[in-house]
Amino acid sequence: MARSLRKNGTAGWGTLPGFAPTMGYTLLCLVIVVLVPLSTLFFEAATLTWDDFVGAVAAPRVLASYRVTFGAALLAALTNAFSGVIVAWTLVRYRFPGRRMLDALVDLPFALPTAVAGITLAGIFASNGWLGKVLEPLGVKVAFTPVGIWLAMVFIGLPFVVRTVQPVLEEFDREVEEAAACLGGNRWQIFSRVVFPLMFPAVLTGFTLAFARAVGEYGSIVFIAGNMPMVSEITPLLIITKLEQYDYAGATAVAVVMLVISFMVLLALNLLQKWSRRYAEQ
Amino acid sequence: MRSNDMNRSRYPGAFSVQKAGALAEPLAVRLLLVGCTLFFLSLFLLMPLGALFSEALSKGWQEYRAALIEPDALSAMRLTLVTAVFCVPFNLFFGIVASWCTAKFTFPGKSLLVTLIDLPFSVSPVVSGLVYVLVFGLQGWLGPWLQAHDIKIIFAVPGIVLATVFVTFPFVARELIPLMEAQGREEEEAALTLGAGGLQTFFRVTLPNVKWGLLYGVILCNARAMGEFGAVSVVSGHVRGATNTVPLQVEILYNEYNFVAAFAVASLLALLALVSLALKTFTEWKLRQFQKGGA
Repeated sequence: MARSLRKNGTAGWGTLPGFAPTMGYTLLCLVIVVLVPLSTLFFEAATLTWDDFVGAVAAPRVLASYRVTFGAALLAALTNAFSGVIVAWTLVRYRFPGRRMLDALVDLPFALPTAVAGITLAGIFASNGWLGKVLEPLGVKVAFTPVGIWLAMVFIGLPFVVRTVQPVLEEFDREVEEAAACLGGNRWQIFSRVVFPLMFPAVLTGFTLAFARAVGEYGSIVFIAGNMPMVSEITPLLIITKLEQYDYAGATAVAVVMLVISFMVLLALNLLQKWSRRYAEQ
Repeated sequence: MRSNDMNRSRYPGAFSVQKAGALAEPLAVRLLLVGCTLFFLSLFLLMPLGALFSEALSKGWQEYRAALIEPDALSAMRLTLVTAVFCVPFNLFFGIVASWCTAKFTFPGKSLLVTLIDLPFSVSPVVSGLVYVLVFGLQGWLGPWLQAHDIKIIFAVPGIVLATVFVTFPFVARELIPLMEAQGREEEEAALTLGAGGLQTFFRVTLPNVKWGLLYGVILCNARAMGEFGAVSVVSGHVRGATNTVPLQVEILYNEYNFVAAFAVASLLALLALVSLALKTFTEWKLRQFQKGGA
């Protein structure tokens, strides 16, 4: 394969130099840094017999952790999709004081280290925290419950939908809306039938990214989750617990299952997105 | 934000009284949407920042300063800097090389290559740490050999650096690839026709065209390298003063109920995040100006 690439790069496709060495270096780094380490997951999991593998990945405590992790991630990504559309719409279409600052701050969850986010959210929602003080007398417990997991996931997923929808809205051709208005559509009809279908693929992309991030997230969640087995224990934490007990094979088996599930979800969403994009283009 | 100046006249302000016409929502709807956004972003962005700093300073400056100049905290900062000093240049160089070969040439399997470069983004940080334990740990592939030669990687600084390189691997490349693709090949080809060498073309033509995107990628890469927690937590042995990075130090202090110190050290990372955001906003603005000027 390398030979045919090289031939194509220089002879067939262009006059620029440096294809072979840059491609070689890229592949080398990719193999050493990413592919070889990731492949160890599958080799390590393969050392288990089938029964041991199933025993490791389908134990009740592990199954409960999938439910918590994927369930909370799905809810959080939905929350992000809904609020992200509103935030992106407001930031692009309206002018209000503080807009530029908020726009820049939207990326805070990307930039803020997850451990910092975790202890801060736990601090706010603990029973003596700023919001915990208000919510707990009302009977709403957030910190150290599954609600806390959802909350932390909403925080870390916040920028994704906003940042995928924003450029679509900015480049949106307002003449389309004008045309729809001329044809007698009211504001809500125009939004739901014209604008939203066109931004739906972007919403879906953001949703997918937020979901993927939330499923794998560890740092911001462990501090606020309470980490009770069967109730509020997330899968990444379970992997770490197994590692600390030197159960490498078990940890790997769970990691493989997690990777496979999230890749399948991503694949399904990608297909859905392709389909919706085609639909939007029609 | 991008089309700010261009569209100012076309989008009425939420609070402005000018006649909105058929293309604007009723005032009540606008106020409601702005209200929702303000509420949501205050809850999730402003309040955590406020709580973080007020918690850090709750016992006054003296305590805050003491928490930061404590020897373990200082050694954690040193380790975090060392990690970033290794990671950022490595991924910067990789990003430039990878984007040159993927953006300036066409070859079969290109989108697969780009997907593989992006792969670390979709892997849980915990799993990223785990794979390095499987390669270099005592029971791992290279474990016996490393032990025989008395080389320590896992539960030591090299493991932390490696895991961080993995986690931040795509950052520069994914900023540069689309940018360099959009620039096309014509300018480079012209330079070559005029007799410039390959490296000369790169430094005089390509690099100036992508410098802001490059800086943007480096800022994100650095922020993540300094703040990574999950992956580093798996491969570090949590040895105080030796293999603790700043985020791990925050965790240890927090779990010891030393909240003021935990939030004080965390506030440093938060400041770093805010500086990164400011720089990022600046480079985005520069990038847009550059693209406007170029177009």
